Amino acid sequence: MTLITEDLVEEHGINEEEYSFILKSLKREPTITELGIFSAMWSEHCSYKSSKFWLKQLPTENNFVIQGPGENAGVIDIGDGYAAIFKMESHNHPSFIEPYQGAATGVGGILRDVFTMGARPVALLNSLRFGDTSHEKTKHLLTGVVSGIGGYGNCMGIPTVGGEVEFNSSYNDNILVNAMCVGIAKTDKIFYSKASGVGNSVVYVGSKTGRDGIHGATMASAEFDENSEEKRPTVQVGDPFSEKLLLEACLELMKMDVIIAIQDMGAAGLTSSAVEMAGKGELGIELDLDKVPCREKNMSAYEIMLSESQERMLMIIEPKKEHIAKEVFDKWELDFSVIGKLTNTNKLVINHKKMTKAEIVLDILEKGAPSYKRPYSINKFSEEKIKNDKLIDKGPISILKDLIGSPNLCSRKWVWEQYDHMVMTDTILIPGGDSAIIRVHGTNKGLSITSDSTPRYCLSDPIEGGKQAVAEAWRNLIAVGSRPIAITDCMNFGNPEKEDIMGQFAGVVKGMIMSCNQLDFPVVSGNVSLYNETNGKGINPTPVIGGVGVIDNLDIFADHNFKRKDDVIFIIGKTDGHLPQSIYATELLNINTGLPPKVNLDEEKKNGLTIKSLIESSLVDTSHDISDGGILIALTEMAIKNNIGFDIETDIINSHRFLFGEDQGRYIISVKEKNLIKVKKILEESNVIYNIAGVTIDKIIKVNEEKIPIDEIKEIYENWFTKYLSK
Amino acid sequence: MKINIKIMPKSGVLDPQGKAIENSLKQLGFNQTGTVRQGKLIEIDLQEKEEEAIKIVDEMCQKLLVNLIIEDYEIIANKED
Amino acid sequence: MKAAIIVFPGSNCDRDIAVSLKKISEIEPLMIWHKETCIPDCDIIVVPGGFSFGDYLRCGSMAANSPIMLDVIHKAKKGMPTIGICNGFQILTETGLLPGTLIKNDCLSFLCKTVSIKVENSNTKFSNLYSKNEVIDIPIAHNEGNFFADDSTLNKIKDNDQIVFKYCNNSGKTEKEFNPNGSIENIAGIINKDGNVLGMMPHPERATCQLSQLNDGERFFSSITESIL
Repeated sequence: MTLITEDLVEEHGINEEEYSFILKSLKREPTITELGIFSAMWSEHCSYKSSKFWLKQLPTENNFVIQGPGENAGVIDIGDGYAAIFKMESHNHPSFIEPYQGAATGVGGILRDVFTMGARPVALLNSLRFGDTSHEKTKHLLTGVVSGIGGYGNCMGIPTVGGEVEFNSSYNDNILVNAMCVGIAKTDKIFYSKASGVGNSVVYVGSKTGRDGIHGATMASAEFDENSEEKRPTVQVGDPFSEKLLLEACLELMKMDVIIAIQDMGAAGLTSSAVEMAGKGELGIELDLDKVPCREKNMSAYEIMLSESQERMLMIIEPKKEHIAKEVFDKWELDFSVIGKLTNTNKLVINHKKMTKAEIVLDILEKGAPSYKRPYSINKFSEEKIKNDKLIDKGPISILKDLIGSPNLCSRKWVWEQYDHMVMTDTILIPGGDSAIIRVHGTNKGLSITSDSTPRYCLSDPIEGGKQAVAEAWRNLIAVGSRPIAITDCMNFGNPEKEDIMGQFAGVVKGMIMSCNQLDFPVVSGNVSLYNETNGKGINPTPVIGGVGVIDNLDIFADHNFKRKDDVIFIIGKTDGHLPQSIYATELLNINTGLPPKVNLDEEKKNGLTIKSLIESSLVDTSHDISDGGILIALTEMAIKNNIGFDIETDIINSHRFLFGEDQGRYIISVKEKNLIKVKKILEESNVIYNIAGVTIDKIIKVNEEKIPIDEIKEIYENWFTKYLSK
Repeated sequence: MKINIKIMPKSGVLDPQGKAIENSLKQLGFNQTGTVRQGKLIEIDLQEKEEEAIKIVDEMCQKLLVNLIIEDYEIIANKED
Repeated sequence: MKAAIIVFPGSNCDRDIAVSLKKISEIEPLMIWHKETCIPDCDIIVVPGGFSFGDYLRCGSMAANSPIMLDVIHKAKKGMPTIGICNGFQILTETGLLPGTLIKNDCLSFLCKTVSIKVENSNTKFSNLYSKNEVIDIPIAHNEGNFFADDSTLNKIKDNDQIVFKYCNNSGKTEKEFNPNGSIENIAGIINKDGNVLGMMPHPERATCQLSQLNDGERFFSSITESIL
C-alpha cells in the first residue's frame, strides 16, 4: 500500500480543505487509486470549480436547443428531423509540449465528443493562437500544430472548414489550440451518457489503454515497484486510423437498438466517463480492471483509471445484446470488452487483481466537488483618444499594404490548404470567408459555422470583449445569410486565483450573457482552460466563440467576394472611426492603451436582421462583416478572389479613422444597380444607418486618388506565411 | 530472433524529405552537410532461426514492406536476441 | 451502369464517389468490403480515395494486399474498367496494375486546393467527353501525389499515350511552376496500356456541384456511363 502523505495529496492538486472533506466522507484515508480519482474529478478541467459559479449564469436555452451544456456536446434542432451536435475544446498545454500530437489528439477528442452522441461529424474548425512571430518557438509550434490538425482530420475524412490564427506575445509560452467539431444526427437518434438499468454491462471499446497522459507529478510517488524507465508518463499519440474505425463502428452500432448510453473516454479517461455516466443515472458502477484491454504490462489500477489513451469509448449495453455489439467491433478490428456492470449502490467500485482498489459513493465525487466563488475584480483600461498627430503620415493604400501583409491580417490560405476542406463533398463555402457553409447531406439545407474572439478587446475591457466575441460570431453567421442558432465556447484564461484574471473571466461572461440574451444565441456546450500563463503573466483573455446557424434553402446565401463590377458598395452600420485597440493602433502605432469599440446590441440586432432579410429576398448576394482592420481591409478581402476591385471616396481629413476604425455591428454589401432603390428603401424603413462608399470596378483598388492593382495586393496578402517560414 | 530491415530510397530517386533535412541542416550552419537521405527501419520478431527468418523477411519485403520501384532494402539479423 | 466501390478500413471518399456515380447512373453502387474475395457482377470497379490502413507503412501498400484485390487485379487484367482516385491511384500502382508510384509532395505537406488540369488524352473511356487539351478545374487533396517513374517506364507511358491528365495553369501551360506536388512531367492521371485502368490524383467527385461552382467533374462520370453502356 502506498502511504498517503501530505506531499502526495498536494501533488494531486487537492488542497487541505478538500482533503479533509475526503477524509470525512470516506471515514478513512483514501487509497492511492482513490486519491487519483478525486484528483482527476476535482481538477479544474472536470469539475469547473473556479468557473462553475459564472458559467451557470449563461443563457442555455431557446426554441431550438435540444441539449444544453452537461452532455458530451450541445444539440440544436435544425429542422426536418435533423439536429446539429457541436462543441469546442482546448488542447493548449499538450500542443505546446508536442505540437503535432497535441493538436492531433485535440482534434481526435472533439470528434469523439460529437460522434459519441450519434452524429456523423461533418465539419472541423480550429482557433489557434501563437506567440509573437519573432519568438524562437513560434515557427516550430505553428508548423507542428497545423500539420497535426491536418494529419488527424484529413485521415478521418472530415473537412476542416474554418477557424482563426492569431499571433500575440501573450501566447509566447502558452499557445492556444481550440478545436471545434460539428456533427449531424437525426433528432430521434441522439445518444446520451446517462446510464440506466441495474445489471447492465459496462463495455469498453476502441484502442487499448497505455500509460498515456497520466499526470506527471503524481507518477513519481505512486505505487510503483518495477523498473521506472517504462513508467514514464508519455505524450498522448493520436491514431486517426483507429478513430476512423471507431467512428464507423459506433455509427454502425447506433443504427441498431443496442446502446443505452455512451460516452468517450477523454480527459481523466475511464474515471470521468464511469463516474459521470453512473452519476447521471443515479446508479452505482462496478469495474473489473483486469478486463480492461491494456497495451503495456503491469499497469496499476491507478494508471488504468487515469490513463488518457486516445480513441476509446465506454458504453452501457444490455447483457443479452452484447454479442450484437461485439460482432460490429470485431468487424472493425477494435477491442471490445465487458469490464463491469451497473449497480444500485450509488458507489464507484474498482476491482483489480482480486482486490478492491477504490470504493467511493458517487455523490461525494460529483455533488461533493468543490465550487469556488473566487475573489475577482473586473478592471478595464482607461479611456484614451488617439490624437490626429499620432496618425501615420501615409496614404491609405500604403497603409493597406502594410496591414494586409501583416501576420494577423494576411491570408490564412497556407494553413487551410493543408486541411482537406472538401472531403464529404458538402462544403459549399470553403475557408476564407465569414462563415463556412456545409450542406446537410442529401438535402438542400445548410449549416453555417464560424469561430471568433478578439482577445485584445477582452483585455482592455472584459465586458465589452465578451459582448463582442458573441456578437462577432453572430455577425459572421448573418453575413452569409443564415439564421444564427447557438454557440459553443472555449474559455481560455490565466490563473483564476489572481483577482484580476478572475475578473477578466467574470467580466467576459457578463458581456457574453448580454449578447446571448439580446441576440437569442445561447450557449449549448463548452470548455474552460485556466492557468494559461507566460512567465507568470496571464495570456490575453481569450473566449473563443463557435457559432452555428442554419440556411433553410441553399439556393440563397451570400459570400464575401465581389461578383460584378458596377455594383454599389454600402457600408451598413454607424462608422465613428474608433481607433483605440484597432489593428491600426496596436500594430502600426504601437498604441495598446484605450478602450475597444463598444457593441450596441440594439443596433447589432437591427443591422444583422436587416442584412439577413436582404440576402433572403435575393437583393444582396455579397456581404462581409467589418472586423479586424476596419473597412479598407474588409473591402480588400472582398476584392481578391474574383479580381473585382472598388473605387471609394472618403473624407480626406478623417480617412484613416474611417478606413481603419473598428466600430462594431457593421457590414459591407454590394448591390446591383437595379436593386438599388429597393435596398435603400428597406434600409431606411428598418432605420438602419448606412452610407454609400463607392462602386466595384475591374482589377483595381482605388481610394480617393490613390490606386493599386489587386494582383499586387494579392501577392502581399497570400505570401506572408511562405515567406515567414522560409526565413 | 529480431530482424531489422533498413529501407532506403534508391539512389537516383528523388527524396524530398532528405532534401528538406539537408537544407535545414545547412541553414542551421552545418555546412559540412553533404547529401541527406531519409529511409525507415522496421523491426520484426520471429521465432525462426536466422537463416529461415531472413528468408521469410525477404519475402515480406518483396510482397509488402518495400516499394521496389523507389526503395532498396537491407536485412540485418540482430544477434543479441 | 453498375459500379462496385471497394471499401478499405480508412477509405473516406467512398461515399462521395458513390453519390457521384449514383447521380449519373441512377443505380446504387455496390460497396465491397476489402475482406470479400469476389466482386459481384458489375460494369466498373472503383478504388476510392482516403487513408486506407491509415496510410501506414506506405500509402496504398496494405490495401493493395487486401483479399479483395486479387479479384480486382484479375478482373482488371481481363479488361474490366477500373479507376483509382487519389489513394485509389496509389493502391493501383502498388498492385502493379498501373506503372510508376506516388511519393511525397515536394512541398512536404498535405495540399488541398482546386487545380487546373489539362486533358492530354481524350480518347479514353474516362475522358471522351472532354476535348483534347481542354483545361478543367478539379480539386486535389493529398500528401503523396508526386508521380514518379524511371526513365524507361516514363518513355513507355509517353509512347503509348498513357498520360491522361497533366497539371497546368488556367491557360493550359504545363510548366513546372504550375505543378502542385512535384509530379514528373506534371502527371496528374495515367491509364494502363490496354486503356481500361485509370489512376488519377485529382478528385472528379468533388467537382460535381453547381452550388460550389465546381462542376468540371461531371463529364468525367458521364464519359464513363456513355462509353460503358
